[in-house]
Amino acid sequence: MSYMLGLKCRECDREYPKEALYVCEYCFGSLEVSYDYKALAKKVTRKTIEAGPKSLWRYRDLLPIDGEPAAGYYSGFTPLVKADILGKELGVKELYVKDDSVCHPTCSFKDRVVAVALSRARELKFDTVACASTGNLANAVAAHAAWAGFKRFIFIPANLEIAKIVGTLVYSPNLIAVDGNYDDVNRLCAEIAAKYRWGFVNINIRAYYAEGSKTLGFEIAEQLGWKAPAHIVAPAASGSLVTKIWKSLKEFDKLGLLEGELRTKVHLAQAEGCSPIATAFLGNHDAIKPVKPSTIAKSLAIGNPADGYYAIDVLKQSGGTAGIVSDDEIREGIKLLARTEGIFTETAGGVTVAVAKKLIDEGKIPSDESIVLAITGNGMKTQEAIREAVGKPIHIAPSLSSFEAEVLKAGCKL
Amino acid sequence: MPVKVRIPTPLQKLTSNKDEVEVIAGNIKELIVELEKSFPGMKDRLCDETGKVRRFVNVYLNEEDIRFLSQEETAVKDGDQVSIIPAIAGG
Repeated sequence: MSYMLGLKCRECDREYPKEALYVCEYCFGSLEVSYDYKALAKKVTRKTIEAGPKSLWRYRDLLPIDGEPAAGYYSGFTPLVKADILGKELGVKELYVKDDSVCHPTCSFKDRVVAVALSRARELKFDTVACASTGNLANAVAAHAAWAGFKRFIFIPANLEIAKIVGTLVYSPNLIAVDGNYDDVNRLCAEIAAKYRWGFVNINIRAYYAEGSKTLGFEIAEQLGWKAPAHIVAPAASGSLVTKIWKSLKEFDKLGLLEGELRTKVHLAQAEGCSPIATAFLGNHDAIKPVKPSTIAKSLAIGNPADGYYAIDVLKQSGGTAGIVSDDEIREGIKLLARTEGIFTETAGGVTVAVAKKLIDEGKIPSDESIVLAITGNGMKTQEAIREAVGKPIHIAPSLSSFEAEVLKAGCKL
Repeated sequence: MPVKVRIPTPLQKLTSNKDEVEVIAGNIKELIVELEKSFPGMKDRLCDETGKVRRFVNVYLNEEDIRFLSQEETAVKDGDQVSIIPAIAGG
């Protein structure tokens, strides 16, 4: 049974059938999936969700597929870590880390969106799937499409981190490295998508794909005992994640699944070298000015963010704010999370931690309210970004005397 | 030699399914006026009520976003290629 009604333009509300469409042909607004919430309210309860699989598919009724899932059977349902040590360090009482650095199978939240996108791509009868990616999406599409048996074309900016290239190639896709930044890749892919009948997860399947991000917010609320936290800090590239986290909490609220009122403030995190959304929000600008990205947070390096305006709407509606951090602060954020909570996140996670620290220090997030950090990717993939910032091992000869001498020399206490 | 304009799928209904058309214009603003003359309805789709290019429409001159150039005033010349592309998500 499907509760998906169709697609609707986010700008002008024109309605479209639930096909591989992504843009309103009248006003170019993007399309959003609409659901039959009345029917959903009769069916979905905390119990029905709790009885579901330990994956993102436990929220299947709120996801845009008509039949059975075709990918991501083990994706999602990642740990919500009670981060007491980091909380103490930041001077806050109740802090959690939503840890998608261990999402199955490619260690980022993109496993969620791709699970949904490929399930829908199968229903729409595509035999080939494709994407334009800053890395994590490439990994996820390559892996899930291998498992689900799709032909796959993946387009990336040529300067991507080596781990993200190897971590894509290993699944035997057609990997195309484009000379240019992500926005160049995306523009090219828009033209390719118009010519070939492929399921481009972030283009013609986008309306379905983006819904997968809601599961991150659903899980946060369920894992907190069906409560929405007071604050969520999430990173932004295109801005889609922030909008879907907010949508997920509003849906739970509408369906009566939340304890108490929904009062979550959603905060947006970007890197100094690519902060078009945060800059527009903080400067109260009407227009988001595209930028040419230059940051170590390559997974967030989208200079022309398609969902930027909607992300700003979320900050305004929820009462949240935005923060911008430098590459050095990102590295410190990565190290801080690792040192305190034993979680190694990629640069995007460093952005989130560093922005959270900044907003707490500035008093924009109060110290006595619950806070969740959305950690969206794994540090193994972006090691070169912090290689010089983590120090070196103590090098010794294989003898007890060398061990004691060198370790003491390095200042360790025995 | 006029300017080539690549037309995105959602607008090809207006151009009898042609994915590329040619117009003669001096800048992007004039180019949109010329497109409207040849393919009525085009301007409404591309521009908001104030006449500015809609916020979800990306216009590229030879692969550069016109927002990095002079926006609607960006000059075009013979042989240039202009692409009109809807905003796309991703990551």
